[in-house]
Amino acid sequence: MERRVGGVQRRVSDAAAPISEPSRRERRRTERDLQRSQGAWYPRWFWPTFAIPGIGWLLLFFVLPFYTIIAVAFGTIDLFRKPVPIWQPWYWTVKYFGDVGTTLFGDNAYLQPTVLRTFVYVGLASAICLVAGYAVAYYTARYAGKYRTLILIALISPFWISYLMRMVAWQNLLAGDGYVNVILQKLQVISDPYPWLEGKSATVILGLVYGYIPYMILPLFGFLDRIQTSLLEAGRDLGASPGRTFWRVTLPLSKPAIYAGLVIVSLPMFGDYYTNNLLSTSPRTSMIGNIIDSTVRESPRGSVLVLMLMVLLIVPMLYYLRSTINAQESR
Amino acid sequence: MSATTAGTSAGTTTGITVARRRGPSGWLRDPWRKPRFLQALTLGYLAWSILPVLIAILLSFNAGRSNSSLQTLGLRWWIDDPDQQALFQDPVLRRAILQTYLLSFITMLLAVPLGVSFAIGLDRWRGRLASTANFGMILTFVLPEIIIGIAMLSVVTYLFTFIRLGTLAQVMGLVTFQISYPVIIVRARLLSIGKEYEEAGMDLGASPRQSVRRVLLPLLYPAILASFAIVFADTVDDFVTVTYLSGPADSQPLSTFIYVTARASATPAVNAAATLMLVSTTLVITLGYLAFKRLTRGQEGGDVTSFSQL
Repeated sequence: MERRVGGVQRRVSDAAAPISEPSRRERRRTERDLQRSQGAWYPRWFWPTFAIPGIGWLLLFFVLPFYTIIAVAFGTIDLFRKPVPIWQPWYWTVKYFGDVGTTLFGDNAYLQPTVLRTFVYVGLASAICLVAGYAVAYYTARYAGKYRTLILIALISPFWISYLMRMVAWQNLLAGDGYVNVILQKLQVISDPYPWLEGKSATVILGLVYGYIPYMILPLFGFLDRIQTSLLEAGRDLGASPGRTFWRVTLPLSKPAIYAGLVIVSLPMFGDYYTNNLLSTSPRTSMIGNIIDSTVRESPRGSVLVLMLMVLLIVPMLYYLRSTINAQESR
Repeated sequence: MSATTAGTSAGTTTGITVARRRGPSGWLRDPWRKPRFLQALTLGYLAWSILPVLIAILLSFNAGRSNSSLQTLGLRWWIDDPDQQALFQDPVLRRAILQTYLLSFITMLLAVPLGVSFAIGLDRWRGRLASTANFGMILTFVLPEIIIGIAMLSVVTYLFTFIRLGTLAQVMGLVTFQISYPVIIVRARLLSIGKEYEEAGMDLGASPRQSVRRVLLPLLYPAILASFAIVFADTVDDFVTVTYLSGPADSQPLSTFIYVTARASATPAVNAAATLMLVSTTLVITLGYLAFKRLTRGQEGGDVTSFSQL
């Protein structure tokens, strides 16, 4: 509303000073006249009509549901300890934020280890994804030669092999009588079967890496593939060793892809609860996602944690959003 | 492709002029040595990423009760279990198979048209509202799925109480989660085709509506087709949203069945179910890819690389 007022005022001043810039509305009008004279003219409502069903859907099934989470988080509970959402912001209570706060920072901070563990797991798993993924993407982009298509198909395949199946596959392998234990026993590394699936951090991190590394490799590959070899040749011509060329040219060039890859893998890892449920089930390895998953039906605390998770992820999320929107505009 | 061939051919032709030193230090300094380490690492990665899945598929044909060590091969857990617990025997599992395909089909039919229309609208309609809508749409793509699942669960529990947990709620959640795929794919295509064709159509006398239906839409067919395939496959694989929103047992698709039973009481039937999902998605993606290739014949960007970039 304010903007429109500004526009009107501006137009009044336009009359006084005819040299100044045309207002937005005027510019749009001349643009439209131009289009009309060229033949390609659309009524004003024409394109918005296409977007309306989608916008309606998002309002109804995304914005409103999200508001419900907020209403539950700022809400209260009834006699049966069931969460009761409060829809009007002026009645909101922050009681459950306080509750969650004490479990995170107070004397009885029993959630604190879980949060720290989540950071450690996600950090380690993302780092492994980055190092291994970079090597694989680099090889595929630069050296794969005639096997390129084949390797690419193999790299994409995890995208349509469901996450579940890939976790079940590791469950089979890591079971007490699974093939990993059989091989390790044959090699005399261990004498008794190792309980891989009984709350081992290594197993959960392995699961996370296995689950998300494809999402790291593909953007890295897409980027490394587009780096012009002339840049690398220039580096080599100027006397840099291959290692130095990589360190000073390729790696700095691929920084945006590295950030994007890290964000792409770490965002879902922070909300992950299923890897843990499938490969560990022990509270010794549980992550934030597990706490949310197990409390959200019973208490407003689950919703509070969801909001906290959102706040935690807001910076990487905005980065990812911005890069996706930029990619939309210029591809 | 050209980048790779240029790199390797430079290695073989100009490599001759450089005096090669022998021994490990010479090998280290040879700028055109084969990247053996990277090669081994890539091969190792590929084996590590694919072998477990192949073993899991193999274990679904186990004739014994275990899904961790293979005894003898057989179709017991697919069709022929004495306790009627095989994938195609157990009534619960048969219902789950149906539910999986039903959900994927409805989601695909809803999400793709919505998304395509949304993409066209967002791409051509410039303005603050459009970019806000775009932001919201991409947010559904970026958010961890657990948040979407919980948001839908909350709204169905507390606000849309007339909607029961089950198929309807699942479809709502899935469409919300999947709508961004067609939007992103179609917008990429819209950007690469530009506005010239439509304008040509309108110069030749087409109305705005005709120019969309007879010029723009046919140009978008490859992207629409790819969206259908991707949304279908991704919905078959989905289990977070679907599990949160599944109500009584008869609304549980295969993925939920796998998620719930995989840890508690796993038999090779779990592997069989996962294999069936894998076969369906592979089939759909392959069909989608072949059709995509056919539709984009003779155009730039019809190969595996560009399909994967989708």
